[in-house]
Amino acid sequence: MKKIFAIGIFIGVAALSCYAQEKKTNTIPSINIKKLDGSTMNSDSIRNDGKPLIISFWATWCKPCVIELNTLEENYKEWQKETGVKIVALSIDDTRTSPSVGPFINGKGWDYEVYLDPSGDFKRAMNVNLVPHTFLINGNREIVDQHTSFSPGDEELLYEKIKRVAAGQPLEK
Amino acid sequence: MIKKLPLKKSCLFIILFFLISIAKAQQGISGIHGNFQTDIQYYNADSSINAPPVPEKVLANSFLNLVYSSDKFSAGIRYESYLNALQGFDQRYKGNAFLFRYASYTADDLEVTAGNFYEQFGFGLIFRSYQEWGLGYDNAMDGIRVRYNPHSGIYLKGFIAKQRSFFDYGPGLVRGADGEFNINDIFKSLAEKKTKITVGGSFVSKFQEDNDPVYKLPENVSAFAGRLNLSRGNFSLGGEFAYKINDPNSSNNFIYKNGESLFLTAAYTKKGLGATLTVKRNDNMNFRSDRTAIVNNLILNFLPPTTKSQTYLLANIYPYATQSNGEIGGQAEVFYKFKPESKLGGKYGTNISINFSRLNSIDTIGLNNELGYESDFLKIGDNLYFQEFNLEISKKLNKDLKLILTYITQVYDIDVVQGLIGHGTVYDNIGIAEINYKFNSKHSMRVELQGLFTEQDMKSWAVLLAEYNISPHWFFAAFDEYNYGNDDKDKQIHYFSGSFGYTKGVTRVAAGYGKQKQGLLCVGGVCRQVPASNGLTLSITSSF
Repeated sequence: MKKIFAIGIFIGVAALSCYAQEKKTNTIPSINIKKLDGSTMNSDSIRNDGKPLIISFWATWCKPCVIELNTLEENYKEWQKETGVKIVALSIDDTRTSPSVGPFINGKGWDYEVYLDPSGDFKRAMNVNLVPHTFLINGNREIVDQHTSFSPGDEELLYEKIKRVAAGQPLEK
Repeated sequence: MIKKLPLKKSCLFIILFFLISIAKAQQGISGIHGNFQTDIQYYNADSSINAPPVPEKVLANSFLNLVYSSDKFSAGIRYESYLNALQGFDQRYKGNAFLFRYASYTADDLEVTAGNFYEQFGFGLIFRSYQEWGLGYDNAMDGIRVRYNPHSGIYLKGFIAKQRSFFDYGPGLVRGADGEFNINDIFKSLAEKKTKITVGGSFVSKFQEDNDPVYKLPENVSAFAGRLNLSRGNFSLGGEFAYKINDPNSSNNFIYKNGESLFLTAAYTKKGLGATLTVKRNDNMNFRSDRTAIVNNLILNFLPPTTKSQTYLLANIYPYATQSNGEIGGQAEVFYKFKPESKLGGKYGTNISINFSRLNSIDTIGLNNELGYESDFLKIGDNLYFQEFNLEISKKLNKDLKLILTYITQVYDIDVVQGLIGHGTVYDNIGIAEINYKFNSKHSMRVELQGLFTEQDMKSWAVLLAEYNISPHWFFAAFDEYNYGNDDKDKQIHYFSGSFGYTKGVTRVAAGYGKQKQGLLCVGGVCRQVPASNGLTLSITSSF
């Protein structure tokens, strides 16, 4: 048992040091997800022609997620005009609530591209623990920023980051 | 016999994982990532709420996922630690181990996974393997899985595996195959058609030896399911029908009747309006890889509940849980947005949502033989298990102030849903007002006032909750859940608790102190009994 633990720690450290040296950014993994019409598509098809892209993991039953997407919606038209950003709302609703995702979105009047991940494959590949979990992706499909949870006001910080990404500037740490 | 998880095998996996990560990372396709969570609780004994003393004082559940992935290859391990498991979790979660490890690659449209995996066929009526950390639910598979995409629009899957049961594996072998066909993608001539059709079919079989001295039990039990998704313009229809051959098990009292399940949902939606109608019927559909398993252990399928997922505290006192042995019912849901600048919309528009759900017993006639009973497919039984009407109005009053009003009325058969005796049926009315106020671009506040009114069970409750957020890092919350209507003066308890949290990027640390009442915690229709507790909680989540 001790041996395994030691090996585990060793790998962790080794892997992390490799990772640090590389300074490579993670990109979006290629995973099969579902469209609202029930057909399958690959996450590779989520694109925004080199402009900033936001993927927000959410669920119809998650209150802060709905508050976040409502807040982003209020700014979406303006943000699109200024930066060309596209927002994708990726629902992790399971088959209990996934049939009502389409009606829910329309009932709210949201303008997002919406996909489903009922099996959780994409959620796991993106290391999403809790929702909301929102990713900011640059024109090279690299994940440049991510955050979990949402408080009113967070959208202004997000927009600052979107503007930098749209202008091809690096994000401050 | 249940076999212990082979440690040597885990070790090999780890070494393999290590070598590959190093080799690949140097090629520049870096992709080591993962996530971590720990939930720690310090317990005080509190006889006033029936919180038992905990000898260890401190208990903790934690995990670390470490995944390497590149274009074609992916490998991962998960270390889980229960020292000891939190109260309310199955005590078979005990100790530390690498309980999840896999390697998978993709080549020529074929994806092969060796080791642990999660999977779902269609709506899940005959197969869904998944994890719900907060519930201690993890029915991961261990074996070989292939997924093949031979042609655009054709998705084939197959696996042969054992199923996880806490720190071990169950005794059964599980075999499954699934095919899904997106008709519009397969035939180029149909690609542009307005009507989109997807059909699918699946098969799952389990094998478990029959060592019963009395009964002749089927060692191989198969289940089949067919499904359809159809959409045209604003309208869509989806459904699955599943059938299981005789499967005597502890849950159905070892009867030899076949099982069947139907789930059908229709939706109409356009900008500003959404409506869904769902019907379902489950008859003897408890399906596990071990016929003697109970509660949430070794379940193979997922029967989606057709009730609203509740977010408010008091609306969760009486949560419905799927009755896999028999239930019939459905739900209707409407979402509507009154446009801004309209009579009912006001300046910013008004959102309303209405949900009605109802579930009854299936109609059965008892038989004096091994089949147990027979049931007319279309007949609704006389016993009402659950009914709910839910109306929510959400309105932005000005730039900084938003109000959400909710009215709920429920009928809830405690004995059936929670498997108890002598508690009867609860009829309640719930009213909730929620106010969201934004002071400025960083500071905001949320207040909830809730009341549950009933003459049954523990009688009436009230909740006052306040939450203060400072963007982007901090939240502070406090709530009091007060059972003011309880007949027993000693049980008119204030369950008071306070919490705060700090979030930075993907790291979140939250701590709380207070009393937690005994109850049912449900996620996605699967529930766990949470015992009463009094103490300090600390939770850390992060990913990289």
